[in-house]
Amino acid sequence: MGLTPIADTSIFDLRASRRGYRLNRMCGSLCSPANREDFKRDEEAYMNHFSLSESEKRLIRCRDFAGMIAAGMNIYFMLKIGSVTGNSLYRMGAQMRGERYEDFLATRNFKDAV
Amino acid sequence: MPSRIVAGLGLSHVPSVGVAYDRGKMQTPAWKPLADAYVPVREWLARLKPDVAIVVYNDHGADFMFDQYPTFALGAADRYGIADEGFGTRPLPEVRGDAEFSAHLCETLIYEHEFDLTVCQELAVEHGFLVPMNLCFEHGKDGWPVAAVPLQVNVIQHPLPTARRCYKLGQALRKSISTYPRDLRVVILGTGGMSHQLQGKRFGFMNESFDQMFLDQIEADPDRLASLTHQQIMEQAGAEAVELIMWLVMRGALSPQARRVHRHYYAPMTTGMGLITFQED
Repeated sequence: MGLTPIADTSIFDLRASRRGYRLNRMCGSLCSPANREDFKRDEEAYMNHFSLSESEKRLIRCRDFAGMIAAGMNIYFMLKIGSVTGNSLYRMGAQMRGERYEDFLATRNFKDAV
Repeated sequence: MPSRIVAGLGLSHVPSVGVAYDRGKMQTPAWKPLADAYVPVREWLARLKPDVAIVVYNDHGADFMFDQYPTFALGAADRYGIADEGFGTRPLPEVRGDAEFSAHLCETLIYEHEFDLTVCQELAVEHGFLVPMNLCFEHGKDGWPVAAVPLQVNVIQHPLPTARRCYKLGQALRKSISTYPRDLRVVILGTGGMSHQLQGKRFGFMNESFDQMFLDQIEADPDRLASLTHQQIMEQAGAEAVELIMWLVMRGALSPQARRVHRHYYAPMTTGMGLITFQED
């Protein structure tokens, strides 16, 4: 019944969710405009409020999206931190693929559908 | 006459469609193929005059966080607000519910069909729900032409319900709807997918041949699709393609005689956007 690993893929299961609980909880809070403003005003204080570990804070500071996923971030929650930091899904995706944004777009069927 | 299902639709709920819709970009070359496919669908739905749409969708961290994440959750409210998913609240009217109908669905699903759903008296609906509504119905300033019942499925935090369980939920829904004494015309929307993966080095992976197979089989042999495992779907169509199990709720709610009416496929960026519609005669 269990899932087996798939190459170049993260499977968000309960164990990942437990690992990423603080990160996901913080990103979930960004569904409020006031919280987004608080985050933009003082990221460090915002991360402290959600008790992020030092390594989790480093991932947020560096906008290390592949690292966040590895630390148990859920992709749909990562979209919220992407939005508040000016990183679209496709920019995050290019980073996870290890490509420049323009190079990633060149692989698409119709890159204007963004 | 009791209530009955008049139509079912399988369709994708990609968030960028909502953005294109709000910014008036649906007639640009990138979006026109999708927009054009839905013109006859909206006309067809208007002719069918549904009273209620049951929208099978998944939350993306708008209503539910991982402190509490329900496997199946049904809306039981008179109205559903528009969620802020982290990108602002879309300028859309709130969605009218039908709390009496929802109460009947909850009672029959739980008592008679043994689907023990989470019942929600407050839900703010998000792109998983709203993009399909935008594509299928035109809203006015004050509201939508149909009432809606949100049916939320966990497709993001494993363990997910199996494809077979989703298919059976659809079958149970059909029975529940048929015993509601009011004469409601119901459409059911199964949303999500098709192939896509949004994380890892395999970000952007799509598989059109899988998607076309799924469109073939959702019409011809849904029972076979209900046998797919999450592992098989994720390997062949990308990790986030497991959303497709929600189409099986829709298909399970239709009769074997349901006739396919529309079919379309468009995959411009990172998600195979499918559309299939069925009518009950």
